[in-house]
Amino acid sequence: MLNVNDIMETIQMIQEENLDIRTITMGISLLDCCDTDIDRSCEKIYEKVCRKAEHLVATGEEIEKKYGIPIVNKRISVTPVSIPLAVSGGNPVKYALALEKCAAACGVNFIGGYSALVQKGFAAGDKALIDSIPEALTVTDHLCSSVNVGSTKAGINMDAVKRMGEIVVRTAQLTADRNCIGAAKLVVFCNAVEDNPFMAGAFHGVGEPDCEINVGVSGPGVVRAALAKLPKDADLTEVADLVKRTAFKITRMGQLVGKEASQKLGVPFGIVDLSLAPTPAVGDSVAHILEEMGLEMCGCHGTTAALALLNDAVKKGGVMASSHVGGLSGAFIPVSEDAGMIDAARCGNLLLEKLEAMTAVCSVGLDMIVLPGDTTPEIVSAIIADEAAIGMVNSKTTAVRVIPAIGKKIGDELSFGGLLGAGPVMKVNYTSPDVFIHRGGRIPAPLQSLKN
Amino acid sequence: MRAIISVVGKDTVGILAKVSSLCAASQVNVVDVTQTILQDMFVMVMMVDISKMTVTFSDFSDEVTGYGKDAGLVIHVMHEDIFNSMHKI
Repeated sequence: MLNVNDIMETIQMIQEENLDIRTITMGISLLDCCDTDIDRSCEKIYEKVCRKAEHLVATGEEIEKKYGIPIVNKRISVTPVSIPLAVSGGNPVKYALALEKCAAACGVNFIGGYSALVQKGFAAGDKALIDSIPEALTVTDHLCSSVNVGSTKAGINMDAVKRMGEIVVRTAQLTADRNCIGAAKLVVFCNAVEDNPFMAGAFHGVGEPDCEINVGVSGPGVVRAALAKLPKDADLTEVADLVKRTAFKITRMGQLVGKEASQKLGVPFGIVDLSLAPTPAVGDSVAHILEEMGLEMCGCHGTTAALALLNDAVKKGGVMASSHVGGLSGAFIPVSEDAGMIDAARCGNLLLEKLEAMTAVCSVGLDMIVLPGDTTPEIVSAIIADEAAIGMVNSKTTAVRVIPAIGKKIGDELSFGGLLGAGPVMKVNYTSPDVFIHRGGRIPAPLQSLKN
Repeated sequence: MRAIISVVGKDTVGILAKVSSLCAASQVNVVDVTQTILQDMFVMVMMVDISKMTVTFSDFSDEVTGYGKDAGLVIHVMHEDIFNSMHKI
Protein backbone atom coordinates (compact mmCIF):
# COMPACT_ATOMS: atom_id res chain seq x y z
CA MET A 1 0.00 0.00 0.00
CA LEU A 2 1.10 3.52 -0.63
CA ASN A 3 2.43 5.50 2.28
CA VAL A 4 -0.36 7.57 3.87
CA ASN A 5 1.95 10.55 4.28
CA ASP A 6 2.75 10.50 0.57
CA ILE A 7 -0.95 10.41 -0.25
CA MET A 8 -1.71 13.30 2.08
CA GLU A 9 1.25 15.27 0.70
CA THR A 10 -0.11 15.00 -2.84
CA ILE A 11 -3.59 16.00 -1.72
CA GLN A 12 -2.25 18.94 0.25
CA MET A 13 -0.22 20.13 -2.75
CA ILE A 14 -3.34 20.18 -4.89
CA GLN A 15 -5.82 21.50 -2.34
CA GLU A 16 -3.79 24.03 -0.40
CA GLU A 17 -0.71 24.87 -2.42
CA ASN A 18 -2.36 25.38 -5.81
CA LEU A 19 -0.62 22.56 -7.63
CA ASP A 20 -2.20 22.27 -11.03
CA ILE A 21 -1.54 21.41 -14.60
CA ARG A 22 -1.50 24.86 -16.14
CA THR A 23 -2.28 23.80 -19.66
CA ILE A 24 -2.73 20.99 -22.11
CA THR A 25 -1.95 22.50 -25.47
CA MET A 26 -2.65 20.70 -28.71
CA GLY A 27 -0.29 21.73 -31.49
CA ILE A 28 -1.84 21.44 -34.94
CA SER A 29 0.00 21.89 -38.23
CA LEU A 30 -1.71 24.02 -40.86
CA LEU A 31 0.75 23.14 -43.62
CA ASP A 32 -1.80 20.95 -45.41
CA CYS A 33 -4.48 23.65 -45.16
CA CYS A 34 -2.71 26.20 -47.35
CA ASP A 35 -4.68 27.19 -50.43
CA THR A 36 -4.27 29.96 -52.99
CA ASP A 37 -7.86 30.99 -52.24
CA ILE A 38 -7.94 32.59 -48.77
CA ASP A 39 -11.55 31.64 -48.06
CA ARG A 40 -10.87 28.04 -48.98
CA SER A 41 -7.74 28.13 -46.81
CA CYS A 42 -9.78 29.39 -43.83
CA GLU A 43 -12.38 26.66 -44.38
CA LYS A 44 -9.68 23.98 -44.42
CA ILE A 45 -8.16 25.37 -41.21
CA TYR A 46 -11.51 25.42 -39.46
CA GLU A 47 -12.26 21.88 -40.55
CA LYS A 48 -8.85 20.50 -39.51
CA VAL A 49 -8.56 22.28 -36.16
CA CYS A 50 -12.09 21.31 -35.15
CA ARG A 51 -11.54 17.70 -36.21
CA LYS A 52 -8.27 17.36 -34.29
CA ALA A 53 -9.30 19.27 -31.17
CA GLU A 54 -12.93 18.16 -31.00
CA HIS A 55 -12.40 16.07 -27.85
CA LEU A 56 -9.56 18.10 -26.31
CA VAL A 57 -11.61 19.89 -23.66
CA ALA A 58 -13.73 16.85 -22.74
CA THR A 59 -10.61 14.68 -22.45
CA GLY A 60 -8.94 17.28 -20.25
CA GLU A 61 -11.97 17.35 -17.97
CA GLU A 62 -12.05 13.57 -17.79
CA ILE A 63 -8.39 13.43 -16.72
CA GLU A 64 -9.00 16.16 -14.12
CA LYS A 65 -11.69 14.00 -12.60
CA LYS A 66 -9.70 10.78 -12.72
CA TYR A 67 -6.62 12.13 -10.96
CA GLY A 68 -8.25 14.87 -8.96
CA ILE A 69 -5.83 17.47 -10.29
CA PRO A 70 -7.08 20.68 -11.92
CA ILE A 71 -6.11 21.29 -15.55
CA VAL A 72 -6.59 25.03 -15.72
CA ASN A 73 -6.39 25.61 -19.47
CA LYS A 74 -7.00 23.66 -22.62
CA ARG A 75 -5.44 25.41 -25.59
CA ILE A 76 -4.55 25.06 -29.23
CA SER A 77 -1.45 26.25 -31.04
CA VAL A 78 -1.16 26.29 -34.82
CA THR A 79 1.51 26.78 -37.47
CA PRO A 80 2.46 30.46 -37.79
CA VAL A 81 -0.35 31.99 -39.83
CA SER A 82 2.17 33.91 -41.95
CA ILE A 83 2.74 30.61 -43.82
CA PRO A 84 -0.81 29.98 -45.11
CA LEU A 85 -0.99 33.74 -45.66
CA ALA A 86 2.10 33.61 -47.87
CA VAL A 87 0.30 31.11 -50.11
CA SER A 88 -3.11 32.74 -50.18
CA GLY A 89 -2.44 36.45 -49.88
CA GLY A 90 -5.53 38.52 -49.03
CA ASN A 91 -6.66 40.06 -45.75
CA PRO A 92 -4.94 38.26 -42.84
CA VAL A 93 -7.75 39.15 -40.44
CA LYS A 94 -9.84 36.46 -42.17
CA TYR A 95 -7.46 33.92 -40.62
CA ALA A 96 -7.83 35.58 -37.22
CA LEU A 97 -11.60 35.25 -37.43
CA ALA A 98 -11.38 31.65 -38.63
CA LEU A 99 -9.14 30.75 -35.67
CA GLU A 100 -11.46 32.56 -33.26
CA LYS A 101 -14.31 30.46 -34.65
CA CYS A 102 -12.21 27.31 -34.04
CA ALA A 103 -11.60 28.36 -30.42
CA ALA A 104 -15.31 28.87 -29.85
CA ALA A 105 -16.23 25.56 -31.50
CA CYS A 106 -13.68 23.56 -29.48
CA GLY A 107 -14.29 25.45 -26.23
CA VAL A 108 -10.60 26.18 -25.61
CA ASN A 109 -9.32 29.10 -23.54
CA PHE A 110 -6.84 30.40 -26.10
CA ILE A 111 -5.63 29.67 -29.59
CA GLY A 112 -2.09 30.75 -30.47
CA GLY A 113 -0.20 31.01 -33.71
CA TYR A 114 -1.14 34.34 -35.26
CA SER A 115 2.58 34.56 -35.70
CA ALA A 116 5.48 35.36 -37.97
CA LEU A 117 9.14 34.37 -37.71
CA VAL A 118 11.18 37.25 -39.06
CA GLN A 119 14.50 37.03 -37.23
CA LYS A 120 16.48 37.48 -40.42
CA GLY A 121 14.01 39.28 -42.65
CA PHE A 122 10.48 39.40 -43.99
CA ALA A 123 9.22 36.69 -46.35
CA ALA A 124 5.92 36.74 -48.25
CA GLY A 125 3.04 37.19 -45.83
CA ASP A 126 5.15 38.31 -42.86
CA LYS A 127 4.73 42.07 -43.22
CA ALA A 128 1.01 41.84 -43.97
CA LEU A 129 0.49 39.60 -40.95
CA ILE A 130 2.43 41.89 -38.60
CA ASP A 131 0.55 44.94 -39.86
CA SER A 132 -2.77 43.21 -39.21
CA ILE A 133 -1.99 42.21 -35.59
CA PRO A 134 -3.67 45.23 -33.92
CA GLU A 135 -6.92 44.67 -35.82
CA ALA A 136 -6.77 40.87 -35.42
CA LEU A 137 -6.41 41.14 -31.64
CA THR A 138 -9.20 43.71 -31.47
CA VAL A 139 -11.82 41.66 -33.32
CA THR A 140 -11.03 38.42 -31.45
CA ASP A 141 -11.06 37.37 -27.80
CA HIS A 142 -9.18 34.06 -27.74
CA LEU A 143 -6.51 34.60 -30.35
CA CYS A 144 -2.88 35.11 -29.31
CA SER A 145 -0.13 36.50 -31.45
CA SER A 146 3.65 36.32 -31.39
CA VAL A 147 6.50 37.53 -33.57
CA ASN A 148 10.07 36.27 -33.42
CA VAL A 149 12.42 39.14 -34.18
CA GLY A 150 15.79 37.66 -33.33
CA SER A 151 17.82 34.55 -32.67
CA THR A 152 21.34 33.60 -31.64
CA LYS A 153 21.87 32.17 -35.12
CA ALA A 154 20.42 35.04 -37.14
CA GLY A 155 20.97 38.14 -35.02
CA ILE A 156 18.24 40.72 -34.50
CA ASN A 157 16.02 42.09 -37.26
CA MET A 158 15.86 45.71 -36.15
CA ASP A 159 13.34 46.63 -38.86
CA ALA A 160 10.98 44.16 -37.24
CA VAL A 161 11.87 45.48 -33.77
CA LYS A 162 10.99 49.01 -34.89
CA ARG A 163 7.71 47.87 -36.41
CA MET A 164 6.76 45.80 -33.34
CA GLY A 165 7.09 48.84 -31.07
CA GLU A 166 4.47 50.56 -33.21
CA ILE A 167 2.30 47.43 -33.34
CA VAL A 168 2.32 46.98 -29.54
CA VAL A 169 1.27 50.60 -28.97
CA ARG A 170 -1.37 50.46 -31.73
CA THR A 171 -2.82 47.23 -30.32
CA ALA A 172 -3.11 48.81 -26.89
CA GLN A 173 -4.77 51.90 -28.41
CA LEU A 174 -7.35 49.88 -30.33
CA THR A 175 -8.31 47.95 -27.20
CA ALA A 176 -8.05 50.93 -24.82
CA ASP A 177 -11.73 50.53 -23.91
CA ARG A 178 -11.01 46.97 -22.73
CA ASN A 179 -7.99 47.70 -20.48
CA CYS A 180 -5.66 47.50 -23.50
CA ILE A 181 -6.13 43.72 -23.38
CA GLY A 182 -4.91 43.30 -26.98
CA ALA A 183 -1.32 43.99 -25.97
CA ALA A 184 -1.55 41.27 -23.29
CA LYS A 185 -2.13 38.73 -26.06
CA LEU A 186 0.93 39.76 -28.07
CA VAL A 187 4.50 38.59 -27.44
CA VAL A 188 7.71 39.59 -29.20
CA PHE A 189 10.34 36.86 -29.01
CA CYS A 190 14.01 36.26 -29.50
CA ASN A 191 14.88 32.54 -29.88
CA ALA A 192 11.21 31.53 -29.83
CA VAL A 193 10.63 27.82 -29.18
CA GLU A 194 8.43 25.75 -31.46
CA ASP A 195 6.74 23.56 -28.85
CA ASN A 196 5.81 26.10 -26.20
CA PRO A 197 2.44 25.25 -24.61
CA PHE A 198 2.11 28.58 -22.79
CA MET A 199 0.23 31.61 -24.08
CA ALA A 200 0.45 34.17 -25.44
CA GLY A 201 3.58 32.89 -27.18
CA ALA A 202 2.50 29.40 -28.26
CA PHE A 203 2.73 28.43 -31.91
CA HIS A 204 3.26 25.10 -33.62
CA GLY A 205 6.65 25.10 -35.34
CA VAL A 206 7.14 23.78 -38.85
CA GLY A 207 9.51 21.10 -37.54
CA GLU A 208 6.82 19.64 -35.31
CA PRO A 209 4.60 16.65 -36.20
CA ASP A 210 1.15 17.07 -37.73
CA CYS A 211 -0.48 17.12 -34.32
CA GLU A 212 0.85 16.70 -30.78
CA ILE A 213 0.08 17.29 -27.13
CA ASN A 214 2.32 19.53 -25.02
CA VAL A 215 1.79 20.03 -21.32
CA GLY A 216 2.72 22.94 -19.10
CA VAL A 217 2.87 22.31 -15.37
CA SER A 218 2.84 24.86 -12.61
CA GLY A 219 3.30 24.97 -8.89
CA PRO A 220 5.07 27.98 -7.37
CA GLY A 221 2.90 27.50 -4.28
CA VAL A 222 4.23 23.99 -3.75
CA VAL A 223 7.86 25.11 -3.99
CA ARG A 224 7.23 27.95 -1.60
CA ALA A 225 5.46 25.72 0.92
CA ALA A 226 8.35 23.25 0.79
CA LEU A 227 10.90 26.03 1.35
CA ALA A 228 8.85 27.45 4.23
CA LYS A 229 9.48 24.23 6.15
CA LEU A 230 13.26 24.58 5.74
CA PRO A 231 15.08 26.27 8.67
CA LYS A 232 16.20 29.83 7.95
CA ASP A 233 19.85 28.89 8.43
CA ALA A 234 19.79 26.03 5.92
CA ASP A 235 22.41 26.75 3.29
CA LEU A 236 21.64 27.38 -0.38
CA THR A 237 22.75 23.92 -1.49
CA GLU A 238 19.94 22.55 0.68
CA VAL A 239 17.55 25.12 -0.80
CA ALA A 240 18.49 24.05 -4.33
CA ASP A 241 18.11 20.38 -3.47
CA LEU A 242 14.67 20.93 -2.00
CA VAL A 243 13.54 22.89 -5.08
CA LYS A 244 14.83 20.04 -7.26
CA ARG A 245 12.94 17.39 -5.31
CA THR A 246 9.76 19.43 -5.44
CA ALA A 247 10.12 20.19 -9.14
CA PHE A 248 10.55 16.48 -9.77
CA LYS A 249 7.21 15.71 -8.13
CA ILE A 250 5.42 18.50 -9.96
CA THR A 251 6.81 17.43 -13.31
CA ARG A 252 5.77 13.84 -12.79
CA MET A 253 2.19 15.11 -12.73
CA GLY A 254 2.73 16.77 -16.09
CA GLN A 255 4.22 13.63 -17.55
CA LEU A 256 1.32 11.51 -16.28
CA VAL A 257 -1.34 13.88 -17.59
CA GLY A 258 0.43 14.40 -20.93
CA LYS A 259 0.79 10.67 -21.54
CA GLU A 260 -2.81 10.01 -20.63
CA ALA A 261 -4.11 12.86 -22.82
CA SER A 262 -2.01 11.74 -25.76
CA GLN A 263 -3.28 8.16 -25.42
CA LYS A 264 -6.92 9.16 -25.11
CA LEU A 265 -6.75 11.57 -28.04
CA GLY A 266 -4.63 9.30 -30.21
CA VAL A 267 -2.09 12.08 -30.73
CA PRO A 268 1.68 11.85 -30.06
CA PHE A 269 2.96 13.27 -26.78
CA GLY A 270 5.36 16.14 -27.43
CA ILE A 271 6.93 17.64 -24.33
CA VAL A 272 6.41 18.70 -20.74
CA ASP A 273 7.27 22.32 -20.16
CA LEU A 274 8.69 22.47 -16.64
CA SER A 275 7.67 25.95 -15.78
CA LEU A 276 6.83 27.64 -12.54
CA ALA A 277 3.95 29.74 -13.82
CA PRO A 278 2.42 31.99 -11.18
CA THR A 279 -1.17 33.18 -10.97
CA PRO A 280 -2.50 36.23 -9.13
CA ALA A 281 -4.00 33.87 -6.50
CA VAL A 282 -2.53 34.13 -3.03
CA GLY A 283 0.06 31.39 -2.52
CA ASP A 284 0.85 30.92 -6.21
CA SER A 285 3.66 33.43 -6.64
CA VAL A 286 7.24 33.09 -7.89
CA ALA A 287 8.18 36.31 -6.07
CA HIS A 288 7.12 34.72 -2.80
CA ILE A 289 9.50 31.80 -3.43
CA LEU A 290 12.36 34.28 -3.75
CA GLU A 291 11.19 35.98 -0.56
CA GLU A 292 10.98 32.60 1.17
CA MET A 293 14.64 32.09 0.27
CA GLY A 294 15.39 35.12 2.40
CA LEU A 295 14.84 38.32 0.42
CA GLU A 296 12.79 40.94 2.26
CA MET A 297 10.95 41.76 -0.94
CA CYS A 298 11.31 40.74 -4.57
CA GLY A 299 13.29 43.36 -6.49
CA CYS A 300 15.95 43.98 -3.85
CA HIS A 301 19.62 43.20 -4.53
CA GLY A 302 20.03 39.44 -4.53
CA THR A 303 16.84 38.85 -6.51
CA THR A 304 18.70 37.88 -9.70
CA ALA A 305 20.89 35.39 -7.86
CA ALA A 306 17.92 33.82 -6.08
CA LEU A 307 16.04 33.55 -9.36
CA ALA A 308 19.05 31.97 -11.08
CA LEU A 309 19.20 29.32 -8.36
CA LEU A 310 15.46 28.68 -8.61
CA ASN A 311 15.41 28.50 -12.41
CA ASP A 312 18.29 26.06 -12.56
CA ALA A 313 17.01 23.82 -9.76
CA VAL A 314 13.54 23.63 -11.37
CA LYS A 315 15.12 22.35 -14.59
CA LYS A 316 17.43 19.88 -12.88
CA GLY A 317 14.59 18.43 -10.81
CA GLY A 318 12.16 18.30 -13.68
CA VAL A 319 14.38 16.89 -16.36
CA MET A 320 14.53 13.40 -14.86
CA ALA A 321 10.79 13.33 -14.24
CA SER A 322 9.82 13.55 -17.88
CA SER A 323 10.79 11.63 -20.98
CA HIS A 324 10.78 14.77 -23.12
CA VAL A 325 11.32 18.21 -21.74
CA GLY A 326 10.87 21.24 -23.92
CA GLY A 327 9.03 24.52 -24.31
CA LEU A 328 10.28 27.36 -22.16
CA SER A 329 11.01 25.35 -18.99
CA GLY A 330 11.99 27.56 -16.08
CA ALA A 331 10.52 30.18 -13.79
CA PHE A 332 8.20 32.80 -15.28
CA ILE A 333 8.17 36.32 -13.94
CA PRO A 334 4.98 37.92 -15.31
CA VAL A 335 4.42 40.98 -13.14
CA SER A 336 0.63 41.35 -13.31
CA GLU A 337 0.08 37.60 -12.88
CA ASP A 338 2.09 37.25 -9.67
CA ALA A 339 0.78 38.55 -6.34
CA GLY A 340 4.30 39.08 -4.95
CA MET A 341 5.54 40.90 -8.05
CA ILE A 342 2.44 43.13 -8.06
CA ASP A 343 3.09 44.16 -4.45
CA ALA A 344 6.78 44.76 -5.11
CA ALA A 345 6.06 46.82 -8.23
CA ARG A 346 3.33 48.80 -6.48
CA CYS A 347 5.62 50.00 -3.72
CA GLY A 348 8.42 50.80 -6.15
CA ASN A 349 10.77 48.06 -5.00
CA LEU A 350 10.65 46.19 -8.31
CA LEU A 351 11.76 48.30 -11.25
CA LEU A 352 11.85 47.65 -14.97
CA GLU A 353 15.66 47.65 -14.94
CA LYS A 354 15.74 44.95 -12.27
CA LEU A 355 13.21 42.89 -14.18
CA GLU A 356 15.43 43.15 -17.25
CA ALA A 357 18.37 41.77 -15.27
CA MET A 358 16.17 38.96 -13.97
CA THR A 359 15.24 37.99 -17.52
CA ALA A 360 18.88 37.07 -18.16
CA VAL A 361 18.48 34.15 -15.77
CA CYS A 362 14.76 33.26 -15.88
CA SER A 363 12.98 31.23 -18.50
CA VAL A 364 11.50 33.99 -20.63
CA GLY A 365 11.50 37.75 -20.43
CA LEU A 366 9.72 40.97 -19.60
CA ASP A 367 6.21 39.68 -19.16
CA MET A 368 2.91 41.38 -18.40
CA ILE A 369 4.42 44.73 -17.55
CA VAL A 370 2.17 47.77 -17.64
CA LEU A 371 3.81 50.87 -19.11
CA PRO A 372 2.61 54.49 -18.99
CA GLY A 373 0.15 55.37 -21.78
CA ASP A 374 2.49 57.99 -23.24
CA THR A 375 5.34 55.51 -23.82
CA THR A 376 6.45 56.07 -27.42
CA PRO A 377 6.65 53.24 -29.95
CA GLU A 378 10.42 53.88 -30.12
CA ILE A 379 10.81 53.24 -26.39
CA VAL A 380 8.80 50.01 -26.68
CA SER A 381 11.04 49.02 -29.61
CA ALA A 382 14.12 49.79 -27.55
CA ILE A 383 12.80 47.63 -24.68
CA ILE A 384 12.27 44.84 -27.22
CA ALA A 385 15.78 45.33 -28.63
CA ASP A 386 17.35 45.12 -25.15
CA GLU A 387 15.52 41.90 -24.38
CA ALA A 388 16.31 40.39 -27.76
CA ALA A 389 19.99 41.22 -27.21
CA ILE A 390 19.97 39.39 -23.85
CA GLY A 391 18.39 36.38 -25.52
CA MET A 392 20.66 36.46 -28.54
CA VAL A 393 23.91 36.66 -26.59
CA ASN A 394 22.93 34.15 -23.92
CA SER A 395 21.39 31.63 -26.36
CA LYS A 396 18.11 31.67 -24.47
CA THR A 397 14.52 32.56 -25.18
CA THR A 398 13.58 36.08 -24.22
CA ALA A 399 10.30 37.82 -24.83
CA VAL A 400 8.54 41.11 -24.32
CA ARG A 401 4.89 41.36 -23.44
CA VAL A 402 4.31 44.92 -22.28
CA ILE A 403 1.01 46.75 -22.13
CA PRO A 404 1.04 50.51 -22.71
CA ALA A 405 -1.89 51.62 -20.53
CA ILE A 406 -3.50 54.19 -22.77
CA GLY A 407 -4.58 57.28 -20.82
CA LYS A 408 -2.87 56.17 -17.62
CA LYS A 409 0.26 57.35 -15.88
CA ILE A 410 2.81 55.99 -13.41
CA GLY A 411 1.10 54.81 -10.21
CA ASP A 412 -2.28 54.08 -11.86
CA GLU A 413 -3.46 50.48 -12.11
CA LEU A 414 -4.63 48.36 -15.00
CA SER A 415 -6.75 45.30 -14.28
CA PHE A 416 -7.32 42.50 -16.80
CA GLY A 417 -9.05 40.03 -14.51
CA GLY A 418 -8.64 36.27 -14.48
CA LEU A 419 -5.23 34.71 -14.89
CA LEU A 420 -3.84 37.88 -16.50
CA GLY A 421 -4.28 39.69 -13.20
CA ALA A 422 -3.69 43.38 -12.54
CA GLY A 423 -0.65 45.56 -12.31
CA PRO A 424 0.55 49.06 -11.51
CA VAL A 425 1.82 51.28 -14.32
CA MET A 426 5.60 51.06 -13.97
CA LYS A 427 8.19 53.78 -14.33
CA VAL A 428 9.90 53.89 -17.70
CA ASN A 429 13.04 55.73 -18.78
CA TYR A 430 11.88 58.41 -21.25
CA THR A 431 15.32 59.34 -22.61
CA SER A 432 15.07 59.00 -26.37
CA PRO A 433 16.46 55.96 -28.21
CA ASP A 434 14.79 57.23 -31.43
CA VAL A 435 17.84 57.59 -33.70
CA PHE A 436 19.12 54.13 -32.80
CA ILE A 437 15.73 52.53 -33.45
CA HIS A 438 15.14 54.41 -36.73
CA ARG A 439 18.42 53.15 -38.16
CA GLY A 440 16.81 49.76 -38.81
CA GLY A 441 18.82 46.99 -40.42
CA ARG A 442 20.14 43.96 -38.61
CA ILE A 443 22.27 43.42 -35.53
CA PRO A 444 24.69 40.72 -36.70
CA ALA A 445 24.62 37.33 -35.02
CA PRO A 446 27.15 37.09 -32.18
CA LEU A 447 30.22 34.87 -32.16
CA GLN A 448 28.27 32.44 -29.96
CA SER A 449 26.31 31.45 -33.07
CA LEU A 450 29.38 29.97 -34.75
CA LYS A 451 29.37 26.62 -33.03
CA ASN A 452 30.06 24.36 -35.99
CA MET B 1 -7.00 -0.58 -11.66
CA ARG B 2 -7.08 0.93 -8.23
CA ALA B 3 -8.07 4.25 -6.76
CA ILE B 4 -7.47 6.02 -3.48
CA ILE B 5 -10.34 7.46 -1.47
CA SER B 6 -9.16 9.93 1.15
CA VAL B 7 -11.45 11.28 3.84
CA VAL B 8 -10.54 14.17 6.13
CA GLY B 9 -12.83 15.73 8.67
CA LYS B 10 -14.38 15.54 12.11
CA ASP B 11 -14.72 11.99 13.37
CA THR B 12 -18.33 10.81 13.53
CA VAL B 13 -20.08 7.45 13.71
CA GLY B 14 -20.41 5.51 10.48
CA ILE B 15 -17.98 7.21 8.07
CA LEU B 16 -16.23 3.97 7.17
CA ALA B 17 -19.56 2.12 6.90
CA LYS B 18 -21.08 4.75 4.65
CA VAL B 19 -18.10 5.02 2.28
CA SER B 20 -17.80 1.22 2.13
CA SER B 21 -21.46 0.82 1.28
CA LEU B 22 -21.16 3.40 -1.52
CA CYS B 23 -18.24 1.34 -2.84
CA ALA B 24 -20.19 -1.90 -2.61
CA ALA B 25 -23.15 -0.42 -4.46
CA SER B 26 -20.91 0.23 -7.48
CA GLN B 27 -18.99 -3.05 -7.27
CA VAL B 28 -15.91 -1.26 -5.99
CA ASN B 29 -13.87 -3.59 -3.80
CA VAL B 30 -12.08 -2.22 -0.72
CA VAL B 31 -8.52 -3.54 -0.73
CA ASP B 32 -6.99 -1.74 2.23
CA VAL B 33 -7.94 0.88 4.81
CA THR B 34 -5.76 3.02 7.05
CA GLN B 35 -7.18 5.50 9.49
CA THR B 36 -5.60 7.80 11.96
CA ILE B 37 -6.14 11.00 13.90
CA LEU B 38 -3.90 13.85 12.75
CA GLN B 39 -4.16 17.09 14.75
CA ASP B 40 -7.71 16.30 15.92
CA MET B 41 -8.79 15.49 12.40
CA PHE B 42 -10.00 12.10 11.32
CA VAL B 43 -7.99 10.92 8.32
CA MET B 44 -8.93 7.78 6.45
CA VAL B 45 -7.20 6.49 3.36
CA MET B 46 -8.87 3.66 1.51
CA MET B 47 -7.44 1.77 -1.42
CA VAL B 48 -10.11 0.33 -3.68
CA ASP B 49 -10.16 -1.88 -6.75
CA ILE B 50 -12.19 -0.24 -9.51
CA SER B 51 -11.65 -2.77 -12.27
CA LYS B 52 -15.19 -4.20 -11.93
CA MET B 53 -16.84 -0.86 -11.21
CA THR B 54 -20.35 -0.68 -12.70
CA VAL B 55 -20.46 3.12 -13.08
CA THR B 56 -18.03 5.59 -14.65
CA PHE B 57 -15.13 6.89 -12.55
CA SER B 58 -16.62 10.35 -12.76
CA ASP B 59 -20.05 9.26 -11.45
CA PHE B 60 -18.51 7.23 -8.65
CA SER B 61 -16.32 10.15 -7.66
CA ASP B 62 -19.30 12.54 -7.67
CA GLU B 63 -21.33 10.21 -5.50
CA VAL B 64 -18.65 9.74 -2.84
CA THR B 65 -17.56 13.37 -2.74
CA GLY B 66 -21.24 14.35 -2.67
CA TYR B 67 -21.71 12.32 0.50
CA GLY B 68 -18.62 14.05 1.90
CA LYS B 69 -20.10 17.48 1.29
CA ASP B 70 -23.35 16.55 3.03
CA ALA B 71 -21.48 15.10 6.01
CA GLY B 72 -18.99 17.96 6.33
CA LEU B 73 -16.05 15.82 5.25
CA VAL B 74 -13.48 16.49 2.58
CA ILE B 75 -13.36 13.42 0.37
CA HIS B 76 -11.21 12.91 -2.71
CA VAL B 77 -11.34 10.02 -5.10
CA MET B 78 -8.18 9.86 -7.18
CA HIS B 79 -6.69 7.24 -9.44
CA GLU B 80 -3.75 5.42 -7.86
CA ASP B 81 -1.38 6.40 -10.69
CA ILE B 82 -1.12 10.02 -9.57
CA PHE B 83 0.46 8.92 -6.27
CA ASN B 84 2.64 6.28 -7.87
CA SER B 85 4.01 8.67 -10.44
CA MET B 86 4.71 11.37 -7.88
CA HIS B 87 6.29 9.24 -5.17
CA LYS B 88 7.87 6.27 -6.94
CA ILE B 89 10.64 6.39 -9.51
